[in-house]
Amino acid sequence: MLAFIVRRIIQAVVVMMVISLVGFSIKDQIGDPVRDLVGERVTPAERAEIAEKMGLNDPFFTQYFRFVKNAVTKGDLGRSFLYNKPNLEVIIHHAPATIELVFGTALIIIFISLPLGVYCALRPRTLLSRFTMSFSTLGVSMPVYLTAILLIFLFAIHWQVLPSYGRGETIDLFGLGWWSTGMLTVDGIRHLILPCVSLSTLMLPLFIRLIRSEMMEVLETEYIKYAWAKGLSPARVWMVHAFKNTLLPVITVFGVQVGIMFAFTLLTELVFQWPGMGFMFLEAVHRADISLLIAYLVVVASLFVFVNTVVDILYGFINPTVRITGTK
Amino acid sequence: MKKFTYLLLSLMIALSFSASAGAKTLKVGLDADPVSLDPQVQLSGGMLQLSHWVFDPLVRWTQDLTFEPRLATKWERVDELTMRFYLRKGVKFHSGNTFSAKDVKWSFDRMRKSADFKGLLEPFDGCYIVDDYTVDVKTKKPYALLLNMSTYFFAMDSEFYTGTDANGQPKDMILKVGESFALNNASGTGPFIVTKREHNVVLEMERFKDYWDTKSPGNVTKFILTPIKENATRVAALLSGDVDFISPVPPQDFRRIHSDDKVKLVTISGGRIITFQMNQNRNPALKDVRVRQAIVHAVNNTGIVKKIMKGTATVAAQQGPRGYVGYKESLKPRYDLNKAKALMKEAGYANGFEVTMMAPNNRYVNDAKIAEATAQMLGKIGIKVNLKTMPKAQYWNEFDARAADIMMIGWHSDTEDSGNFSEFLMMCENKETGYGQYNSGYCNPKVDELVLAAQSETDLDKRAAMLQEVEQILYDDAAFVPFHWQNHSYGAKKNIQVKPIINAMNFPYFGDLVIE
Repeated sequence: MLAFIVRRIIQAVVVMMVISLVGFSIKDQIGDPVRDLVGERVTPAERAEIAEKMGLNDPFFTQYFRFVKNAVTKGDLGRSFLYNKPNLEVIIHHAPATIELVFGTALIIIFISLPLGVYCALRPRTLLSRFTMSFSTLGVSMPVYLTAILLIFLFAIHWQVLPSYGRGETIDLFGLGWWSTGMLTVDGIRHLILPCVSLSTLMLPLFIRLIRSEMMEVLETEYIKYAWAKGLSPARVWMVHAFKNTLLPVITVFGVQVGIMFAFTLLTELVFQWPGMGFMFLEAVHRADISLLIAYLVVVASLFVFVNTVVDILYGFINPTVRITGTK
Repeated sequence: MKKFTYLLLSLMIALSFSASAGAKTLKVGLDADPVSLDPQVQLSGGMLQLSHWVFDPLVRWTQDLTFEPRLATKWERVDELTMRFYLRKGVKFHSGNTFSAKDVKWSFDRMRKSADFKGLLEPFDGCYIVDDYTVDVKTKKPYALLLNMSTYFFAMDSEFYTGTDANGQPKDMILKVGESFALNNASGTGPFIVTKREHNVVLEMERFKDYWDTKSPGNVTKFILTPIKENATRVAALLSGDVDFISPVPPQDFRRIHSDDKVKLVTISGGRIITFQMNQNRNPALKDVRVRQAIVHAVNNTGIVKKIMKGTATVAAQQGPRGYVGYKESLKPRYDLNKAKALMKEAGYANGFEVTMMAPNNRYVNDAKIAEATAQMLGKIGIKVNLKTMPKAQYWNEFDARAADIMMIGWHSDTEDSGNFSEFLMMCENKETGYGQYNSGYCNPKVDELVLAAQSETDLDKRAAMLQEVEQILYDDAAFVPFHWQNHSYGAKKNIQVKPIINAMNFPYFGDLVIE
């Protein structure tokens, strides 16, 4: 078992090395960060001097090893040129906005897709069901960017009931200093509505359809027929017997989709000027903040690698065959 | 439950009242926020805007390009090399310190150490204190643009920036990347004090109670700047009433703003010329003046201003706009397709040739669209253009490498004077003096001679004649393809008096802004 764990961890380290190496090798393609730091009047000689001071002229591997050394020994992932702060601090500072956006979206998805999906399964021929199904096709095929602009136009400009951009009033959560939340103020929640709704349009149809088809399948099974035969009330058959079993696959898919949703926040954050990680990432690309980009890549990769490694090891405990195939 | 609902309702009502009861708050949405609080760390439009809000210069530009006294109340020429500035008395810094001559000298000396400003200060010898409220600014040679340059002399609070910070670093250190006191703290004499700054999210300022300019009509007590990058979102924020003022307004939304009766659009012509440079060293065909003339004649820049810029630019045929000393009235846009074809034939390129072209796609207003239109127009005289557009982060390195035959560049004169354009764009490239830093291949010794002579010519009429001759030579040589001078555009709510505070430099003087 110990050998298995060690092997998994070594694999994780190798993966991290490869990812950081890939990140480093693309950095020269993104642009010159010095150009963004200085005005257009600065002479090439001055710029070269600044690049030299920042260590950008060092050979590739010198830069790479310096980065790895600092990351491993000090947990230091370098400094963002754009924000002028340690990269890790910048990333952590932007994380809450994205997490709250995804959380709000998840809530919307849960509270809308569950009742609608179940209803469509139980009463497939009603008008509402047909409407929901055709409307959900529309939702899937509309790009988030367009949905967002449309929502801004309707709710912010035309009816002027919701704000058009930003997070609004935020308060410092638990006095931590870095988690500013918009979920505890009226203004903050008002600002959350439009971004969350536009982000949810992407996944909502998927879940309505998933829940509907799962539920329909379950309703056809033998034990449901048996429950009907026993003379149970419809509410009990649907909610207790059918619905519970519908949820299992839905929850599995939900877990995966929430992860994917983090990636989709990029466009939503751009349109709503939402100061989260996706917005930060785009800014870094535009402004050629290669230091922040590499750090972001490493942080995201290490999160994935960490979770996967832990899961693998847990599997090893639960199911010994995984270990055995691992040892040839 | 009912109780809770009431509570919530009354809370919401209370909140909405408290928001409107506060004095004049101005919410501004710009495409970017200043990169730091140190006015001398970067020479860029954003930083200069901030400098006018938090600091004050000795003199500043007015809307009609004359000088307005700020920290200097008057000035006089002592001799050919020296200008004497008499400073305003009773001016306080945000820190409470009193402004005097030592702050002017200190700021001047610090600016000379800044990589970004060093070049601009090259003609200067130094700043000398005469008494507490008088300074002499001396140049190495007679220099006609001394006053123009004084618009850059923002006074920083020398006492405030003296000493060492928590990390043991000197507080006045000029640093691009890293921690420094000046990057995050500011004490100027300007109308606004920075109260909160979160880079890329928000910059909050409050009116300085002891501001010296008590005659200023400005009544903004709180000034909140939010960077809104996305054009559509910025316009939406104004239309929905979430912000009071935005800039820039994308040309495609002009009509939208015009048609809304709660907001208005204000534009002012700016001094940034958009051009294409033709690299004679890369492509031998471009060495022929007839070919260059043909290209200039083939480009319908009037049409581009109308169609692509939606009329929000001024068609150009020379570098400096009207109002600059070098502006020559007789130089007119030259679109004439037949003449262009004839010139191509005359030069022996009746069948055309191929060129490469590069342009940025996020630097100037509609830059990529202008490049695409130009490529098409050149196609009509047989020039096949291979166009590549890219974000500015990559573009400038390509420009430095002169990576294409025809490259786009826009330029705004640092001194609001015609000479500056030629110094950077048209003088023969010289690595040592730095002249022609953004010139891709044009070189005419006569132009160099005239521009250099104009620098130290203090007879303004003679000087104007020289600079106009430069424009004429460049016009005859078809040294570059002129497009237009971009307008600055501002969208605002109806009750905001935008017109009096804007200028060709795009430094809205929010300190003087009146909200009705």
